[in-house]
Amino acid sequence: MPLRAKVASSVSRTAAALSRAAGRGDGSVIGGWIGLKIDPELLKHLAAGRSVALISGTNGKTTTTKLTVAALESAGRVATNAFGANMPTGHTSALAKAGATPYAVLEVDEHYLARVLDETRPRAVALLNLSRDQLDRAKEVAMMAQMWREALAHHPDVHVVANADDPMVTWAAYHCASVTWFSAGQRWHDDSWVCPECGGAIERAGGDWRCTTCPLRRPRPQWVVEEDGVVDPTGAWHQVKLSLPGTVNIGNAATALAVAAQFGVRPADAVLRLGSVTSVAGRYAQVERDGRLIRLLLAKNPASWLEAFDMAEAAPTLLSINARDPDGLDTSWLFDVDFAPLYGRRVLITGDRAYDLAVRLQVNGIPFEHVTSFADALAAVPPGRLEVIANYTAFQDIRAELDRVN
Amino acid sequence: MSTEDLRIVWIYPDLLSTYGDRGNMLILAARARARGIPVETIEIRSDQALPDSADLYLLGGGEDGPQALAAQRLNADGGLHRAVARGSVVFAVCAGYQLLGTSFFAKGAAYPGLSLLDLQSDRGPARAVGELHGVIDPRLGLPPLSGFENHGGRTHLGPGVSPLAQVTTGIGNDGTSEGAWRGNLIGTYSHGPALSRNPALADLLLRWATGAGYLPPLDDTWTDRLRHERQVAVAP
Repeated sequence: MPLRAKVASSVSRTAAALSRAAGRGDGSVIGGWIGLKIDPELLKHLAAGRSVALISGTNGKTTTTKLTVAALESAGRVATNAFGANMPTGHTSALAKAGATPYAVLEVDEHYLARVLDETRPRAVALLNLSRDQLDRAKEVAMMAQMWREALAHHPDVHVVANADDPMVTWAAYHCASVTWFSAGQRWHDDSWVCPECGGAIERAGGDWRCTTCPLRRPRPQWVVEEDGVVDPTGAWHQVKLSLPGTVNIGNAATALAVAAQFGVRPADAVLRLGSVTSVAGRYAQVERDGRLIRLLLAKNPASWLEAFDMAEAAPTLLSINARDPDGLDTSWLFDVDFAPLYGRRVLITGDRAYDLAVRLQVNGIPFEHVTSFADALAAVPPGRLEVIANYTAFQDIRAELDRVN
Repeated sequence: MSTEDLRIVWIYPDLLSTYGDRGNMLILAARARARGIPVETIEIRSDQALPDSADLYLLGGGEDGPQALAAQRLNADGGLHRAVARGSVVFAVCAGYQLLGTSFFAKGAAYPGLSLLDLQSDRGPARAVGELHGVIDPRLGLPPLSGFENHGGRTHLGPGVSPLAQVTTGIGNDGTSEGAWRGNLIGTYSHGPALSRNPALADLLLRWATGAGYLPPLDDTWTDRLRHERQVAVAP
């Protein structure tokens, strides 16, 4: 590593440590920012000599990254941006902090994929899904698929692990020289009715899909979720025992196994390690408080709300909605979510934008009670399980209130 | 299907459904049923013929490509033009609103619209994103408009239409006026589930579509609280 990069890397670690000591978060953003100021090529230098995997997509990146790390650790030490700081500053800081490791698994914000591909020269990149997220600031779905497609065209040597069930992801990866397709199922279809190649209608039947006017169609997947396990490319079925709820996480596990296989890790070895992942940045965590067993589920866009309903048990459920900057200021997406799966449960609502949610639930015919704080919600329900589903900053607020650190 | 049902058509949800647009159909159906009016909601995809005999048509928002495609197919189909000629009600938001005019801008070029409203749209200097509030044309007898906008277009009204509202917060058409209406057609930049914050506007559309002069009031406590909260949030 050049001297400039060594200095940058060292200062980056120090800044991160100072930031942590000052109680200003985990320091991964500020550390990386300072390091990149000193040496703009720092991420490139830090990634050189490591076998890197990138994980990107609208939903499931943090969880899939953590599962991939668990799988790869059977082969050697793995550097990762475990705090979900998924932009180049976060990657830089994570690699500087980890020191020399043979492997790195990095979660990448979907907007930054092109840059991080250029700088880290990964061996493999996993593309999970693309759906509407926060349209008042994010790129629209088709535009994002186009950006991915162009970025991948510049890196014909990268192996792509892509979701065959998502037409947008499939189109982005369709012409890549080296692709492994996986099928993890998809509950949300409302962003892929129009073919990104030709504008024709996309037709779905069972799990299959195809464009009705051009040759784009679902590729045959090599890794497939089947019941509570994953079928690998040889046809062998591996039971997946996770400590995380929901079918969606079996799909994330399949992706992790497919990525690990690119690094020579056999699925039979990797699958046993996946159960060690118990919570992801506080998500899925269970906390006991005053006899209430509280489980926190993060749902940040329509696709992830549908998955959260699948994970939550039939117990009293608290929904909390904010619309601060990180959430997106627009609450329109509430009408993209069908809350019908909650029918028959006791539903409580809270958060900065509880009234938007109230109006939505009324139209949905779901009775609810409004509470003004998390503490009031706890007091309102009897001892036993309480499911909490919240969007990003509402989730962080509740986590802080429960005083949890990961 | 009974001919006495109120028939609401959502036009091309496969193309024009960006952000909660389904909400307008759900809200209209819920408010009609709460008054004992039987409702049939119909979603017509862009590869289907558009029925011209429904009472109320909804157009949602969309990205550039789908918007251009929707204009092309609606002009070729002709169903919406026949429905409007029969006096059907149309409520259009965002990209759908632009479609109703004579031309709009998408993918860097001007496209012919449906020419159902005397207006044309082009690109503005910056994207308009945020709360959109305004005082509605007094002839419509409605409380202030409350919504959220997210669009790159600017719309210029011709003499054949009236602005829906005068902007108090946000951009709307051009920073001064917002939306447009003529006869039974209303268009607005208040995007997505625009009716969720404007139940009186939803009821106006229902009165036009059913011919009912009066609809019994509903319990709008939560909507009132939401409207008040957003009003306070944008107050200087």
